[in-house]
Amino acid sequence: MKIVLIPALLLASPALAQDRVLTVYASDYVASEWGPGPRIEKGFEAICDCDLQFVTGDILPRILMEGEGTEADIVFGLNTDMTARARASGLFAPHGQDTTGMSLPVAWSDDIFLPYNWGETAFVYDETRLESPPASFDELLEAPDDLKIVIQDPRSSISGLALLLWVKQVYGDDAPEAWAKLAPKVLTVTRGWSESYGLFTEGEADMVLSYTTSPAYHIAAEDDTTKKAAIFPEGHYFMAELAAQVASTDQPELAQQFMDWILTPEFQKTIPLANWSLPAKLPVEDWPQVMRDLPRPDKTLFYSEDEAEALRQPALDEWLRAFAG
Amino acid sequence: MAARLRGVTVDRPQSANAASLRHDVPSAASPADTDALRGPRRRFVVLPGHLVAALLAAAILGTLAAVAWAVGGLSALTEWDWRALRFTLWQAALSATLSALLAVPVARALARRRFPGRGLLVTLLGAPFILPVIVAIMGLIAIFGRNGFVNDSLRGLGLPEMSVYGWQGVILAHVFFNLPLSVRLILQGWQAIPAERFRLAASLDFAPRDIARHLERPMLRSVLPGVWLAVFLVCLTSFTVALALGGGPGATTVELAIYQAFRFDFDLGRAATLGLVQIALCVGALLLARWIAVPAGFGAGMDGPALPPAPGGWRKGGDALAIAAAAAFLLTPLLSVTAAGLPRLVVLPGEVWTAALRSVIMAVTSATLAVAACLALALAIARGAGRWVEAAGMLPLVASPLVLGTGLFILLRDMATPQQMALPVTVAVNAAMALPFGLRALIPAAQALQADYGQLAASLDLRGLARLRLLVLPRLARPLGFAGGLAAALAMGDLGVITLFASDQPTLPLKLYQLMNSYRMADASAAAVLLMTLSFALFWIFDRGGR
Repeated sequence: MKIVLIPALLLASPALAQDRVLTVYASDYVASEWGPGPRIEKGFEAICDCDLQFVTGDILPRILMEGEGTEADIVFGLNTDMTARARASGLFAPHGQDTTGMSLPVAWSDDIFLPYNWGETAFVYDETRLESPPASFDELLEAPDDLKIVIQDPRSSISGLALLLWVKQVYGDDAPEAWAKLAPKVLTVTRGWSESYGLFTEGEADMVLSYTTSPAYHIAAEDDTTKKAAIFPEGHYFMAELAAQVASTDQPELAQQFMDWILTPEFQKTIPLANWSLPAKLPVEDWPQVMRDLPRPDKTLFYSEDEAEALRQPALDEWLRAFAG
Repeated sequence: MAARLRGVTVDRPQSANAASLRHDVPSAASPADTDALRGPRRRFVVLPGHLVAALLAAAILGTLAAVAWAVGGLSALTEWDWRALRFTLWQAALSATLSALLAVPVARALARRRFPGRGLLVTLLGAPFILPVIVAIMGLIAIFGRNGFVNDSLRGLGLPEMSVYGWQGVILAHVFFNLPLSVRLILQGWQAIPAERFRLAASLDFAPRDIARHLERPMLRSVLPGVWLAVFLVCLTSFTVALALGGGPGATTVELAIYQAFRFDFDLGRAATLGLVQIALCVGALLLARWIAVPAGFGAGMDGPALPPAPGGWRKGGDALAIAAAAAFLLTPLLSVTAAGLPRLVVLPGEVWTAALRSVIMAVTSATLAVAACLALALAIARGAGRWVEAAGMLPLVASPLVLGTGLFILLRDMATPQQMALPVTVAVNAAMALPFGLRALIPAAQALQADYGQLAASLDLRGLARLRLLVLPRLARPLGFAGGLAAALAMGDLGVITLFASDQPTLPLKLYQLMNSYRMADASAAAVLLMTLSFALFWIFDRGGR
């Protein structure tokens, strides 16, 4: 064991001399230097006299496994379609925030899970490669089969699951027929969003299942205005990322302070250009220009937590059947 | 002479019989030592390999039990799980058969031809096996994708395009990954035929056909089942390949089903059931291969460099073609990844380099552990430690890293925090995961060592550390270096178990994903080049050290 521990010790980051530590479980990309994590950490440490430590990984499976013995004080990055199972665990405490006046397209009344950003699923294309993109979901279904799209597996990816619910909400009982039309156009199904998006930027696929806000990255970071999200009149499926405090926290005051901080303009302003998504509570005039300029769908679709949980398995079976041929 | 000749021509020599024909058997051997030659020792001696095997079996079966216990038992499989099982078996069998068959002409060509840069080429051809999956997929798509070189050429010639997405993509990728392993193992088989046998064949005026019949076919007969099994097992647990190139849920593998049971349904019971199914498949395949495999029994040689005769004529052109085709298939994807990523390599942010250093240290530690464990296991197996030791050594191949990681997590959570566990657990799991590959190279060598020198060593009373230093290490340096190189490279590219424990100390593959998740695809391809280069360099250093 020694041989394992020596390099591990060499690698360990220097422990900070802070008594008060707020442990935040976050999705992996959050804490990377390109995610919003470093700015959030810096911002909060400036006001809390504490040490904020991100612990990254598969948040929900992990916290469900750890139960009340978890070290987490906050979970950061849960998704709207996972809240039912997270809530059922009874591990989380109310956030205590006023959720009126949010800049969300749906009303938010959840007293446990607090959204800090949001976006909608959309198919993104490159206008230099796809000159006449489908103008609606119907047109996408009717498009010739040589229009190739890449999507994510709903069983491993949260955006893949959102697509399942998106199709269900647009087509209802006709969803199996919709999938039957879509399936021949699906070039491949990837585990996560990043592999899909990589295939799209490599030019392998004409459209990729992504977000309405994806073009903002290309405009702001690469000065590339050719990437567009196809806006469909049938509506786009809403996705938000959520934070919650853990009921068994040993730092209840710090955890509450963090929850109180999430909806402040200071926090919200870090979201758009670090997370490439829209802020949950920030007047539109405070959004970065690139986000304000993005075309917005007229209609936002969303299932309540209970509906989504009830639809998950039947919709998945429909999807699997469509691809089983 | 007649006795030596029998050693060459007899297809299935009995081990005692073959040993009695050897010139280097000291006549002063005691009766007890002669008995030892006839088969496994009756008296049970606890060897370090027994301990390693017991530890492995406990870790792998124990974690499975821990996962099942945590949820109060196993759950039933769904219709889709059974489909996944069928697809898994079918694609693994097809991939293994193709890899093994295609590897034979390449290995033969490499064994009997000498040309400038051959050594480098042999090393390079090993690269795909140790490539991180994500990097390999990037490369394969650049060559075989819709806009890849192959389809561009087909379009230019007015031919129909081929699609890399679908089951054919899964098979293509698996052959890409496993052809190098197969070539390498078969090439070692060729090199293990003592040079004397070839000289004898030459003195007897053997035609290439005779050499094939008397030397090469017995060798292949003994090596191929192991090669097939190794590839079959690798493909059995394939995960990312199926999901990226499979085209849809039709190409779901069992490992993927485990991930989905875990992620989507949080159904640990089903994950454990699937984990058990995978292990049952492994044990079944292992028994099958043991039943098919036959030892070649060429006897000991003087270790002259074995250079099989290189026939001229059309065979020369055939060999050149085999080498060129393999090199093109295996190397162009790597070149295209390099070309895409190289420009941004120097501007990669510092955090990526820190992660790279961390990954290198972890990989070297993993490799050291793996080599030690591998050596203990192989020596025990060579001394007739029993099938269960070999089975335990092969278990990590089909142990689901996800089940293993989750089980360790459940078992260790009261002893340390996940952050403290992240790096040691990743190092240990990676070492275990590399064992089966190292063993495949090491077991035959250790068996040959035991058969050829075991008695001599016993008669000289060479044992313990002296035996290790004077006999075992020098004789096994080559496969040990190979095993260490594989372990280091595989550990370098592994993303698996760290994601569950992921701490504030990301590894390079994790960084690569973070870059991709932040839309930074160009930086991600640069990180991919870095990852590939480091994996490759680690392998090379270990492998070189062994020669």
